[in-house]
Amino acid sequence: MKLARKDILGIRDLAVEEINLILDTAESFIEVSTREIKKVPTLRGVTVMNLFYEPSTRTRTSFEIAAKRLSADTINISTATSSVVKGETFIDTAKNLEAMNPDIIVLRHSAAGAPHMLSRVVRQSVINAGDGAHEHPTQALLDMMTIREKKKRIAGLKVSIVGDIAHSRVARSNIYGLTKMGAKVTVGGPSTMMPRFIDRLGVEVHHHVDDAIRDADIIMMLRIQTERQDMSVFPSLREYANLFGLNRKRVALAKEDVIIMHPGPMNRGVEISPDVADGPYSVILDQVTNGVAVRMALLYLLSGGN
Amino acid sequence: MSKKRVVMDSAGIDRSLTRISYEILEKNKGVEDLVIIGIQKGGVFLAERIREKICRIEDTKVPMGKLDITLYRDDLLTSSKKPRMGKTDIPFSLDNKKVVLVDDVLFTGRTIRAAMDALIDFGRPKLIQLAVLIDRGHRELPIRADFVGKNLPSSLWEEVNVSVSTDKAKDEVVILENA
Repeated sequence: MKLARKDILGIRDLAVEEINLILDTAESFIEVSTREIKKVPTLRGVTVMNLFYEPSTRTRTSFEIAAKRLSADTINISTATSSVVKGETFIDTAKNLEAMNPDIIVLRHSAAGAPHMLSRVVRQSVINAGDGAHEHPTQALLDMMTIREKKKRIAGLKVSIVGDIAHSRVARSNIYGLTKMGAKVTVGGPSTMMPRFIDRLGVEVHHHVDDAIRDADIIMMLRIQTERQDMSVFPSLREYANLFGLNRKRVALAKEDVIIMHPGPMNRGVEISPDVADGPYSVILDQVTNGVAVRMALLYLLSGGN
Repeated sequence: MSKKRVVMDSAGIDRSLTRISYEILEKNKGVEDLVIIGIQKGGVFLAERIREKICRIEDTKVPMGKLDITLYRDDLLTSSKKPRMGKTDIPFSLDNKKVVLVDDVLFTGRTIRAAMDALIDFGRPKLIQLAVLIDRGHRELPIRADFVGKNLPSSLWEEVNVSVSTDKAKDEVVILENA
C-alpha cells in the first residue's frame, strides 16, 4: 500500500481508504515511541523542513520529534528569525529552500491556501500544518486516531464540535474527515462564530451548547481565540465561559462514556473548566501522543519510491 | 497461469516444528534465558507453535515476542510500494537473552538482516539464533539458519508460500511456478 499522492494539503481531498491507511500505519508507530531507544532507521538521509509562519509549540515539536524518531534530519525555520522579516516573498523563500534539496516541507501559514501554492512551486512533498482558517489535516487525523483508539470505531458516533467554528481550521478538517468516516457531526457556538451555510458540509447546527452536546460520544472543544475579542464576536470572556464553556454539569448531558478532546492550547476557565480538562473523560494528552504517531506515519508514507 | 505444487502438508510441518523445538532445546541446553521472537507475519504463527512445543517438552514457560521489520528494510526509499506495517510487541528486555528468531522462508537474507538490526535496538542479546521452516537458497547476504525445517532448492521465478494460521489442519507449504 502506498499513499498515491505527493502532498497532504487537506482532509477534504483524502479518500476513506487513504485515511484508514494513515491511521493503521500510525497505530503501528505508537510502539516506537514507547521503546527505550526511541529511534528507527527508516528515513535515514531524508530531510524534513519545518517552515512555520505562525507560532506553534505542539505541532512543530510533534513534527520534529516524529522526523527524528524516524532518523530523518530536521530543520526548523520560524519566520521571526528568518529573511522574511527582510521582506523576502513567500515564493522566493520557498524556491531558496527547495534549492537546498529537502525531501519534505511542513508548512504552517496564516493564509489559507499557502501550502497549495507551495506544492505547485516546489517539487518536494508538502504537508499542511495549518493554513489560516482553512485546514489542519494532521490535527484531524490525530483526532480520528484518538477516537478510534478509545471507541474502536468512528462510524455512527456522535461528535460535537463546540466553539469558534468560523475561524477554526481544526473544525473544518475534522468535519471533512469525520463525516467521511461515517460519524454524525454536530457543531455548536454563538451565531457570530458560525459560518454561513456550514450545514452544507453535512453537520447539524446548534446555537446552545446544551443542545449541541446532548448524547454526544465525543465532545471536541475549540480554543477561543482571545485575540479576536476586540472583533466583538462575543461580549466578554466571562459571558462566553458561562454560556458556551464546558463544565462538569454540562458534561453530564453527554453520553456516560463521553470523551473530551481539545486541540490545544487551552484557555482554562474559558471554553473548558479545569476539572473537565483534567478529569477522567479527558483524552487531551492522548491526542498529543497520537499526534507524533500520525506525523511519523505521514512522513513515512510520503517519502521514497520515486 | 501459475502451477501449484504442495511440498509440505500439515503433518509434515508439525513434524518439522517438533524436531526444530528439540534442536533448540538441545543446542541451548534447556530454556534458561531463552526467548522466541517471530517475524511478522508468517514467523509469528510458527514461533507460537514452537513455543507451545518447547513449553510442553520442558513443562515451563518461555517468553515470546513479535517483530515487524518494515521500518528496518533496506528498500523503503527505493521501492515504490510501501508494505503494510504490522505490530512489534516485545514486552520484555532482550539484554543477555538467548534469542531464537523465527521466520517462515529464508530467501535473500535481507529480512533477517533487518530483524537483527531491529533486535539490537531492543537491547543486547547474548546470542541470536535463526529458525526457519523453509530455506529456499538464493542468499544475497552472508546469513545462515541454525534450525531448518526443510531445504528447498528453488528457482528464482518460483514462489514459495507458507500458509500457517490458527487453523492447523490447513497448514501447507506450496511452490507456485509463475509460467
